[in-house]
Amino acid sequence: MIAELGHFALVLALAVAVLQTVVPLLGAARGDLVWMALARPAARVQCLLVALAFGALVWAFVANDFSVAYVAQNSNSALPVFYRVSAVWGAHEGSLLLWVLLLGLWTSAVSYRSAGLPPAFVARVIAVMGLVSIGFLLFTLLPSNPFLREIPPPANGADLNPLLQDPGLIIHPPMLYTGYVGFSVAFAFAVAGLLGGHLDSAWARWARPWTLLAWAFLTVGIALGSWWAYYELGWGGWWFWDPVENASFMPWLIGTALIHSLAASEKRDVFKSWTVLLAIAAFGLSLLGTFLVRSGVLTSVHAFATDPARGVFILAFLGVIVGGALALYAWRGPGTLRGADYALTSRETFLLANSVLLSVATATVLLGTLYPLALDALGLGKISVGPPYFNAVFVPLMAPLLVLVGLGQEAHWKRDRLARLARPLRYPLIGTLVFVTGAVMMLDPGHRLEAWLGLALATWVVAATAGAIVQRCRARRQPWFALFTLPPAFLGQCLAHVGFAVTVVGVTLVSLYGIDKHVRMAVGDVTELAGVQFEFVGAHELEGPNYTGTAARFAVRRDGALLTELQAEKRIYTVRGMPMTEAGIAPGLTRDLYVALGESLEDGSWSVRLSAKPFVRWLWLGALLMAAGALLASRDPRFRRARARRPATLPGDDGARRAQG
Amino acid sequence: MTPRRKRLLIICLSVAGLAIAAGLILTAFEKNLMYFYSPTEVAEGAAPESRPFRLGGMVVDGSILRQPQGLGVFFTVTDYAHERVVYYEGILPDLFREGQGIVANGQLNDTGVFVANEVLAKHDENYMPPEVADAVAAGKARSGASDGTPAGNL
Repeated sequence: MIAELGHFALVLALAVAVLQTVVPLLGAARGDLVWMALARPAARVQCLLVALAFGALVWAFVANDFSVAYVAQNSNSALPVFYRVSAVWGAHEGSLLLWVLLLGLWTSAVSYRSAGLPPAFVARVIAVMGLVSIGFLLFTLLPSNPFLREIPPPANGADLNPLLQDPGLIIHPPMLYTGYVGFSVAFAFAVAGLLGGHLDSAWARWARPWTLLAWAFLTVGIALGSWWAYYELGWGGWWFWDPVENASFMPWLIGTALIHSLAASEKRDVFKSWTVLLAIAAFGLSLLGTFLVRSGVLTSVHAFATDPARGVFILAFLGVIVGGALALYAWRGPGTLRGADYALTSRETFLLANSVLLSVATATVLLGTLYPLALDALGLGKISVGPPYFNAVFVPLMAPLLVLVGLGQEAHWKRDRLARLARPLRYPLIGTLVFVTGAVMMLDPGHRLEAWLGLALATWVVAATAGAIVQRCRARRQPWFALFTLPPAFLGQCLAHVGFAVTVVGVTLVSLYGIDKHVRMAVGDVTELAGVQFEFVGAHELEGPNYTGTAARFAVRRDGALLTELQAEKRIYTVRGMPMTEAGIAPGLTRDLYVALGESLEDGSWSVRLSAKPFVRWLWLGALLMAAGALLASRDPRFRRARARRPATLPGDDGARRAQG
Repeated sequence: MTPRRKRLLIICLSVAGLAIAAGLILTAFEKNLMYFYSPTEVAEGAAPESRPFRLGGMVVDGSILRQPQGLGVFFTVTDYAHERVVYYEGILPDLFREGQGIVANGQLNDTGVFVANEVLAKHDENYMPPEVADAVAAGKARSGASDGTPAGNL
């Protein structure tokens, strides 16, 4: 009964979404305030209905209602209750419902936090988001309905994929999706701006906090995914350039370009066409990611079902949304070289270079991800593009980006001179060179040159950021006091850039100095790795709620002194009979020690993977700093002030009038 | 500098940058492409001899042979028309087992053994790498279909 209520709520939500799209759009075109005013309540009601449906599905999982086919396929009564809840988004149908719910929440948030915006603009934004919602509701209701019954019900469910039974996976999908879906706000702002014909700096100011917020969520989502892969897949890797990872990485790269381009559009009224294109591309790539991951084109843990109808649906939807937006852009887009003027040496130029580099980076990832698929679809052979390709291309693209981060922060808007720019930057530059050269001397001679390069770039970013803060404070009368009155947007920017540098340090050191060893070990054996001794102490049987297995204990010593004890597990999840590796990890800020069991060999010994991963935590720590920076920047009161001031200067809706005249 | 010359400079710089990027990308792309071959194609000599490629098929029942010391292991993959012996040293993935479809990255040695540096068996027990599924279907069609071999998780 509850499942049917959920299904019914979803159908109602679709009807409301149609209203939410059609009426406000017509209202905005006719200048009818009453019709426009329908947008906000419609968005909230739709969100409520989807939340009801989502609640119904959660209830079906918690109550073990195996007559619902989706529950039967992805849950089991032996599954702990929190995993039963997270199993809701553990497979295709439920994760789509989560998508729609998050879209509803973002739309509702826009409806509450848009009081100062012109009514026609808000109406259009909410209508565009409603259109996206219609597509996804149809997709949920037609080829991927989570509420379908299976009568007679099976006695018990087929269990959640054991890989997903993990705390990291409870929050990874919601975070990632919040980011993906969040780009729909920037997209809707861009389309609404195109429809209304006012893509001015105010538009960029409204879009900025939303885009920053979405980007922050996406950053955390990707970092969580990487962290999960590190400890759960048992390979000790943190990024595999897997197409599924790339699917989330591409919107992130373009999103990064977007938040920088938006800053230039807001502050200096430049790059407006480019910013609009980036907003369309960011959301388009989010949809493409959903398509790649959900359609079954890619086979991986994320691609649950291989139903071609689903793939075709998302692809068609992608075509309509992105194609429609691009057509609108071609028709009403801002003229190409309009906008304020700026000199060659100026912050604008650095931001433009940032956009270009990040876009090229996105294109390389896109090529490596889609080319094998295209070739296969055309029957021209089966190829794969491995991590070496991505590494070979990505590193040379990121290096100039890091140089530019330092320069761009210091450069003035509009007009600057290289000679002027060099003055505040000389201390950061000298400090970087001295510090990094000293630090690299302490490292192994094997990869000193690469390590020097990576660390120098990261340190340069940190030093230049510190320099930018000093410059800002110096300009004030009381420098020390000024430190505490810096605007959140600036502090957020600094924090995010430092986070980027921290991630670069982690990537550099773990890639160059990470050690991996596969060995055969019996109880009592000792293996030396990275200056410590791993001793296989013993193994015992393991009995979990829905798995059995073996746990092996390892003592880690340095020169006889016990550092830590690690427990690595090999579990067999009983329902699916699927083996799983739980790595034993001793985390540390400068080094992780990592033990994972391979398989039990005939003579009672085990194949064991031992790893030392220097600075691997810095990867995720840096990502958290970046997200925190974006979050802080999105809270800048300037964005809100601007919104409150807006109605006075823009009373009616110039867009509607222009559309009529 | 006049706005016109400035614009020209920006455009030239961007074009130069894009050209360099495109060059880098295509070189790296060409170097790192790995083609997939089935045991039948390898037997016919279609696979490169001095370049790494991907080999996929089903692990033949009873073919897994471990060395008594260390982690070296031999096994045979088949597409039910031809077989190929694979050697790998290291930890096999959790889902590696007899009758399972796998993909191995590596290179042929002088004696015709495929020396793998990576063996992939993906995340799901029902999962069948699509290349392997196609290769096995093609292999079965060649060898006159039903030869009675257990098909594993097809």
